[in-house]
Amino acid sequence: METLPLFIAIPLAVAFLFPVFEKLSLRRALLDGLAVLATAALLAGSLGLLAQPDRVYWIGGWAPPVTGINLVSDGLSRLMLVVVQAISFFSIVFSLRYMDRYSSRGFYYGLFFLLLAGMNGVVLTGDLFNLFVFIEIAAIASYALVAFGCESEELEASFKYLVLGSVSSAFILLGVGMLYNLTGTLNMAEVAAKAPALSGLPIMAMVGACFLFGFGLKAAMVPFHAWLPDAHPSAPAPISAMLSGVLIKAGGVYVLFRLFFSVFGMDLLYARVFMALGAVSMLIGVLLAVGQWDFKRLLAYHSISQMGYVLLSVGVGGEVLARGGPTPVAALAVFAGLFHLVNHAAFKSLLFLCSGSMEYVTGTRQLAEMGGLSRPMPLTGLACRVAALSISGIPPFNGFWSKLLIIIAIVQAGHYALAALTVLVSFLTLLSFIKVQRYALEGPLPELLRSVREAGLAMSLPLLALAALCLLGGLLLPLYAGALFTPAQEAMLSGLNYARAILGG
Amino acid sequence: MQATSESGGGLSPIVKTVARWMAGFILVFGLSVVLYGHLTPGGGFAGGVVLSAAFILVVLSHGRREVLQILSERAPTIYDGLAALAFLLLAVLGYAAGGFFLNFLPKGQPFQLWSGGIIPLCNLAIGVKVGACLFGVFAALAVFRHLHQRSA
Amino acid sequence: MPTLDHLPYLFAMLLFVIGLYAIVAKKNLVKLILGLIVIEYAVNLFLLLLGYRGGGVAPILTRRDAPAEFLARTVDPLPQALILTAIVIGLGTLALVTALALRLYDRYGTFDITEIKKLKG
Repeated sequence: METLPLFIAIPLAVAFLFPVFEKLSLRRALLDGLAVLATAALLAGSLGLLAQPDRVYWIGGWAPPVTGINLVSDGLSRLMLVVVQAISFFSIVFSLRYMDRYSSRGFYYGLFFLLLAGMNGVVLTGDLFNLFVFIEIAAIASYALVAFGCESEELEASFKYLVLGSVSSAFILLGVGMLYNLTGTLNMAEVAAKAPALSGLPIMAMVGACFLFGFGLKAAMVPFHAWLPDAHPSAPAPISAMLSGVLIKAGGVYVLFRLFFSVFGMDLLYARVFMALGAVSMLIGVLLAVGQWDFKRLLAYHSISQMGYVLLSVGVGGEVLARGGPTPVAALAVFAGLFHLVNHAAFKSLLFLCSGSMEYVTGTRQLAEMGGLSRPMPLTGLACRVAALSISGIPPFNGFWSKLLIIIAIVQAGHYALAALTVLVSFLTLLSFIKVQRYALEGPLPELLRSVREAGLAMSLPLLALAALCLLGGLLLPLYAGALFTPAQEAMLSGLNYARAILGG
Repeated sequence: MQATSESGGGLSPIVKTVARWMAGFILVFGLSVVLYGHLTPGGGFAGGVVLSAAFILVVLSHGRREVLQILSERAPTIYDGLAALAFLLLAVLGYAAGGFFLNFLPKGQPFQLWSGGIIPLCNLAIGVKVGACLFGVFAALAVFRHLHQRSA
Repeated sequence: MPTLDHLPYLFAMLLFVIGLYAIVAKKNLVKLILGLIVIEYAVNLFLLLLGYRGGGVAPILTRRDAPAEFLARTVDPLPQALILTAIVIGLGTLALVTALALRLYDRYGTFDITEIKKLKG
């Protein structure tokens, strides 16, 4: 039996079950069990998919020559699928205890799985309009989750996020419409087959601009980043981990890679735009982060900065490819970008979960009001330290290896100034996380927080698991790179051959 | 109008009676739009909107207080979830015949009511879902909000 | 060369810009929401225009039509399906944004965004 549609069908089914359960006032253990079971099954399924070759599934049997909607499992989508399932599993386990403070657990799980279904759909689909629909499913679920606590700040952040998100969706739909008019198809592979004939048309610049704005806003790249520092910290901590850890990747960066590498074909202009967006996001994000005192807000600004690394690195890869430079350099740049994307998912969701754990016991997110938390909360403290060292790029944690690879790739591509900028941003990141450690974990324990304790094993276990991933992800890279990254890197570098891989011939 | 809707008391008996009569016709019309969705313009979504309009009309004319006595807060959510699950079930049942969303029922003759395989069933599920969902949204914003309102 | 046939497209774009203007310049939450709706309908109108062909008929096959002749005359139905989906999505967004605006009104007693700013910006 074909399993690809189940990655969308299972979360959707579970998402619709939860509100019914909530309204029937079923036992809490049943809800928790179903949520953990569903995410665990999806994680196992996505890991199983890694061992299988690329394949295409045509929904409802509408295969070419009558192209319907297709689901595609290639290297890049498998990589994203595993990341999404892994982070959602850890977030759900963390939620079991953390969501005690909120009512309506069933609605929370329902929205969570709707978000998951949307992201899985985005990652798997091979159809442009379907992509738009799934992005909207994920986005609407995330708007509601940001406002889940119904406090004034949360409502305000959610409103801002919703307005900007809807504008970006309108631009995406506009781009899809224009592309349909140009090519007469919505299938990404068929568009890719016609892309060489279209390149250079003035209208293609318009289409590219629509998609860059639309998905750039979803990925919170710098001129379009204003919503992220409000929206991500306002959500409950496990949702912050999902939004920062995977939504801006699956709904933003992944789609940019997919469209501009596989569907339009990378050219020099797009590559330079990627590099510029990446470099600016990297720098501005970290500069805004350094001055923050709200822990979660600081983390949110770092998300912008770290995604800048990913976009810059992949953009450099695309540029080398487009100007006909050495393929190994392009391959290294793309590889490093994808590696950093996965690492960022691991350490940023870990950081957000740590902030949630601290907020759960201390009741505050302000760094100035915390202090000495590593003594009463040794496990959270340890996990937080590991994540901070990872994001700052300290060996032997995973962030160090991916940043090292990014810098090597940029130097090999000949962009020395950008490499220097990358190193500088890395130092600034370290600086701001020294501040986090100094104020949250070290120093005297404030009088008010004398009685805090670790929040329990259900909250500590996901932290420790993610911390282990941060450590081993870098050290064991040679062991799993061939299964996870190489196929993804090949899928991106093969560019417009995407069309041939899907449609055959 | 303003005063009555603020207190949730409903409109005059003439309006209430006419609204009750109309609601029945609107329901029948909505159902026909849903059931003939695979043959004529319309279908699950359009028909579902019409279905929810019938309920909304009754709420508007009878006012909040009267409606709250017969309306369960959880009914729209439950019908919404179950209809969505039914739609998904139709998609997954396709696996038995060979594929996700495969139209596994006999297609029948074009232009007959019983034709199109699973499409009328999908329309029915969507119609119930949209009707329940839209009415749920309306009820949440216009009726139940006043129950849960916290002080600002 | 732009001709009179391009005028509807221009109007769709104009509508889009009007919606954007409302979102950027207006300070009332309700007007912001109206701006969102205008943008959405501008995009829908644009998609509808893409499927149009001069003198086309509605893409609904009836018993009286000969399929071959019908196919030659009908407008493109796909954009209409896309619009229907986009309308449904827009409806969901609209329901959510209305609920948010009402909650904000409960908290602040105003729809003015200049008075709703607990966040730093």
